[in-house]
Amino acid sequence: MLNGHENTRKMAFVCTKGTLDMAYPALVMGWAALGNGVDVTMFFAFWGLDIIRKSRQDHLELAPVGNTSMKLSMMGVPMENAGIPNALGVLPGMTALATKLMKDKMRALGVPPVSEYVQMLIDGGAKLYACKLSVDMMGLKREDFVDGLAGIVTASDFIDMTEGAQIVFI
Amino acid sequence: MTTKVLEGYTVEVNEEGFLLSPEQWNEDIARAIAREEGIEELTPQHWQVIRWCRENAVNGRSPTLRQITAGTGLSTKELFALFPKGPAKKVARIAGLGKPEGCV
Repeated sequence: MLNGHENTRKMAFVCTKGTLDMAYPALVMGWAALGNGVDVTMFFAFWGLDIIRKSRQDHLELAPVGNTSMKLSMMGVPMENAGIPNALGVLPGMTALATKLMKDKMRALGVPPVSEYVQMLIDGGAKLYACKLSVDMMGLKREDFVDGLAGIVTASDFIDMTEGAQIVFI
Repeated sequence: MTTKVLEGYTVEVNEEGFLLSPEQWNEDIARAIAREEGIEELTPQHWQVIRWCRENAVNGRSPTLRQITAGTGLSTKELFALFPKGPAKKVARIAGLGKPEGCV
């Protein structure tokens, strides 16, 4: 059991974003922490709920519109600093294309899909919680979330259970 | 770099206790490091992981946890049960390898 050790380093990740590029940082860092013996708690709020929603977690996307870091070079055009014009980004299929490109790159590196990653974290002993206010606001229920979810809790509960933890807000 | 004596063998280790040369490793050393890590007895399943990691090490570094589960057929739960509290580091140390280089 990973929990219950007085001297164990504790980390808590607050995941508030539901885009593909904001889901992975939490998953990668949480997994790294588990591998190093750190006690891990994850709190999913607002759009971050999509990471643990069964119907949504493998459909997270990455939109080129308004994303100044996304360059044409990511799409194979050898122009280092040329951005993807917003006028292009709004065309139908551009978000799907950007999403596919990122997923392909992740897969090539052996990075699992979001659902599998979340299950690895649960199996490795991380405690995952959904934010009650966000769940109520979006009209969701317990059964909308992955089976390994530890619970739906309030922000106050989360603050209580992460006493002494290093908190990472994403 | 410092040296350390384990089961009568002198080995070179870094500041975190990882063996610097995988060639200096043997099974007695693995048992001694495992005890330091709180694993009193190495079961056949432990050895399966240790041997697989040594066979699949790249540049003396241990494979990542996901590579280990994929390669050995063990589940994530089983791996964390075998090497509780930090399997990535523990497996590498006991197998006489460096920390895994990958993030997954």
